[in-house]
Amino acid sequence: MTEHLKMDKVQPRLLDETGQGVISTPMPRPEGPLKVSGRATYAAEWKAENMAQGFMVRAGIPKGSYKIDADSVKDMPGFLGVYSDHMVRNSAQGTMNTNPVQLEHEIQYLGQPIAVVVAETFEQARHIAESLKVDYTRDDDVAGDFDAVTDWKEGSSQDQGDLDDAIAKAAFAVDSTYTTPPHNSAAMEPHAALASWDGDKVTVRASLQMLGYNRNEIADSLGIDAANVRLLSPYVGGGFGSKLGIDPASVSAAVASRHLGRPVRVVLHRNNVFEMINLRTQTRQRVRLAADSNGKMTAVGHENWQTNLPDEPFAEPVDTATHFLYGGENRRYGQYTAVLNRSASGSVRAPGEAVGMLALENAVDELAEVAGIDPVEFRLRNIPDTHPENGNAYSSRSLAQCLEEGAEKFGWSQRKSPKERREGEWFIGMGVASAARTNILMESKARVTLNPDGTALVETDMTDIGTGTYAILGQIAAEMLGLPTDKVTVELGDTDLPTASGSGGSWGASSSGSSVFLGAKAIRAKIADRLGCSPEELRLQDGVATGGNNRRPLTELLEGPISEEGHIEPGDQDVAQAGFGAHFAEVAVNSVTGEVRVRRMLASMAAGRILNAKTAQSQVWGGQIWGIGSALTEEIQHDRRTGHIVNNDLAEYHVPVNLDVPDLQVHFVDERDDYANPIQSKGIGELGLSGAGAAVTNAIYNACGVRVYDYPATPDKIFPHL
Amino acid sequence: MPTLGSAMKITLNVNGEARSLDVDPRVALLDALRTHLDLTGSKKGCDHGQCGACTVLVNGRRINSCLTLAVMHEGDEITTIEGLGEPGSLSPLQKSFVKHDGYQCGYCTPGQIMSAKGMIAEFNMGWPSNVTDDLGTAPDFTEAEIKERMSGNLCRCSAYPGICHAIREAAPDEGTIEEAAE
Ligand code: FES
Ligand code: FES
Repeated sequence: MTEHLKMDKVQPRLLDETGQGVISTPMPRPEGPLKVSGRATYAAEWKAENMAQGFMVRAGIPKGSYKIDADSVKDMPGFLGVYSDHMVRNSAQGTMNTNPVQLEHEIQYLGQPIAVVVAETFEQARHIAESLKVDYTRDDDVAGDFDAVTDWKEGSSQDQGDLDDAIAKAAFAVDSTYTTPPHNSAAMEPHAALASWDGDKVTVRASLQMLGYNRNEIADSLGIDAANVRLLSPYVGGGFGSKLGIDPASVSAAVASRHLGRPVRVVLHRNNVFEMINLRTQTRQRVRLAADSNGKMTAVGHENWQTNLPDEPFAEPVDTATHFLYGGENRRYGQYTAVLNRSASGSVRAPGEAVGMLALENAVDELAEVAGIDPVEFRLRNIPDTHPENGNAYSSRSLAQCLEEGAEKFGWSQRKSPKERREGEWFIGMGVASAARTNILMESKARVTLNPDGTALVETDMTDIGTGTYAILGQIAAEMLGLPTDKVTVELGDTDLPTASGSGGSWGASSSGSSVFLGAKAIRAKIADRLGCSPEELRLQDGVATGGNNRRPLTELLEGPISEEGHIEPGDQDVAQAGFGAHFAEVAVNSVTGEVRVRRMLASMAAGRILNAKTAQSQVWGGQIWGIGSALTEEIQHDRRTGHIVNNDLAEYHVPVNLDVPDLQVHFVDERDDYANPIQSKGIGELGLSGAGAAVTNAIYNACGVRVYDYPATPDKIFPHL
Repeated sequence: MPTLGSAMKITLNVNGEARSLDVDPRVALLDALRTHLDLTGSKKGCDHGQCGACTVLVNGRRINSCLTLAVMHEGDEITTIEGLGEPGSLSPLQKSFVKHDGYQCGYCTPGQIMSAKGMIAEFNMGWPSNVTDDLGTAPDFTEAEIKERMSGNLCRCSAYPGICHAIREAAPDEGTIEEAAE
């Protein structure tokens, strides 16, 4: 049986009525003991009998064509084959559902996958790949420099009112241009795959975020039927967008395995991950804002410039949050794109907001400054009543509480003017930024089974990429079925199980959680029936059912297992729906060197019902720390001549390390979003990043009076202006 | 000199057990553990000595096992995450990581825990770090000391606050270097 819900209208808050009391609690992850003891098994850690090992070959030129000279290596020890058919140019975009671009011996960027070498051992494959002779025909017409682009193509644009006129007439206005560098997801687990064929069917153990889509993408890339593809990703060592779509490892492993007739494992080298997996685009953003003499915004303009490879169906939605965060009648948006011979652009955690909110929230800070209004107060004054473009109501929006409660807890009232607070050679300052992230519900299915022994099983091809899926889905099932959480087992990451939304866009917990909720709700109806009461009267707690005048343990009530599938689908609703929050940061800027140290941060977040207080907090910590990285250190650097990534490893691409991260506080504002889904929750993983970096750079200005327009805010961009 | 790709016979003492294996001399200690001995708890994040995911203890000291060859460790005592504890009998550090959510995806976690183990031993021996003010006296177990000494272990999930909480709480229950090598 399937319990289906199209989310067309508000649903009752059943999770506020149930009595087990495990939902929202800070329950430790059930898979935790496996992870901390090294027993959780990731993609590259599976073996198969007679398995061969593959190693990717990367393009050594930025543009042109190539021929593989297999004879150059065929006598090397362990050589089994070198294959370049079906090669994908880069990883698939999120929810693409089809093959990524596949090129026939053509090169469009340096580092592109051009072949896979297979040998008996990893060491042999690596050596052969490095020894392989490739005959290149170079095309010297290479576009590698963002700043040299002249032929920008106008993409989506939107106009409302008259922006120029509003700015000309405004009491206060800001016109600032910001640049953000490309970012790499840099998940700690490199992409990997083990493929094996059984007749027409291929099984791939891979590291992927969205198995339902990924199955179709693999099938399309190989030219086979999706029914013949099984994917397994029970543990994923981080994704952050980099594993939304299939990658060169998974396709190459399947191709090589088909040629050789034996299982093949391919693991991307860290350099491959930097080059072959989609990055966040570099952006240039022009933000124009205006306000009247009361500090009410009258105009909002946000334009962006970005690049990608040819034929990539993705553009960073830079202005997403700008559309609904602040009021102002006159609005203008524009997107301009160009093609470069550089690694592909795609989704990296919070695509859009991660960089769009850096620019918007810096510009708002500048506007508050020229208007002479405290930046928290300025934001509070500009929260619109309804969506400023379409007039829709907000489904839930606790932005004001987030700003007010956050300011209170952070000690915002202690904030001084630039250069006013000094400790030794350090200037100290505080900054604030709003957070906003559109909330999305995606179709998702799960099967829930209640067994007569009082245990339950949740099954779905949903993934847990560190986001807490194992914990959350178990808590939802336990809460609904009235069971202790240790009686519930959650099985994930296998396309043989019901198809879930996948992990992406911060919709995973709410979408897959809703499907589990629906499956369990159908089981509740059956139990009520057996107990002889209505589902509304039914109480389930610690394995005992109560309702009407009956009270019976589930072990007595059930003769066999009850299995129900939950199926959630998004519906049509005329509401503006997003998570909101506020970030606060205190930084120290060295008056001699311009070095910035973040001293403390506080995130005040509202994301509907929090499903697990511990994993939600960890997601926000992650967002805050990614904010520190984007503000201060993270920058993919491309050679302007060839477009190749100069810093293609973890020594030169600087993700925050432990000492970069100070004490972080997370405060959740209690909220329910009745329009979001039947469990009233909204996404948190990307909301935590939205605006976080801007709070840091706004704090830098408040500390030392220097605004950095070219991210990241490295010392060389600060100390000349001190 | 062995020819390219030919195997060498070595014995490693891993988690208290003598393990004999034939390895290509190019095999890194990390790959010997993961591929040859099926101890996949030690992770490969970079294969370059840049991330710390592969941290193990060799004779009680933490090292990046991707940066050293298996054949260089004949007779050495190697401790991997599998040797610290297993579900049901986790070590204090392992339990504390679960309690404080000192991870998310779990991929950097074995390296973090092994590194923390080695770091505590370094503390016990009075080793200073880059943030130690006074080199003449034994350093205090401060937040800054923990953070500095754990900065060779990247966590892209950014579980650093949980990692620090977990280490602080477990530290008193973790032993000295002699005990760690047992
Ligand atoms: S794998 Fe050894 S340091 Fe990264
Ligand atoms: S827990 Fe995912 S990288 Fe640390």
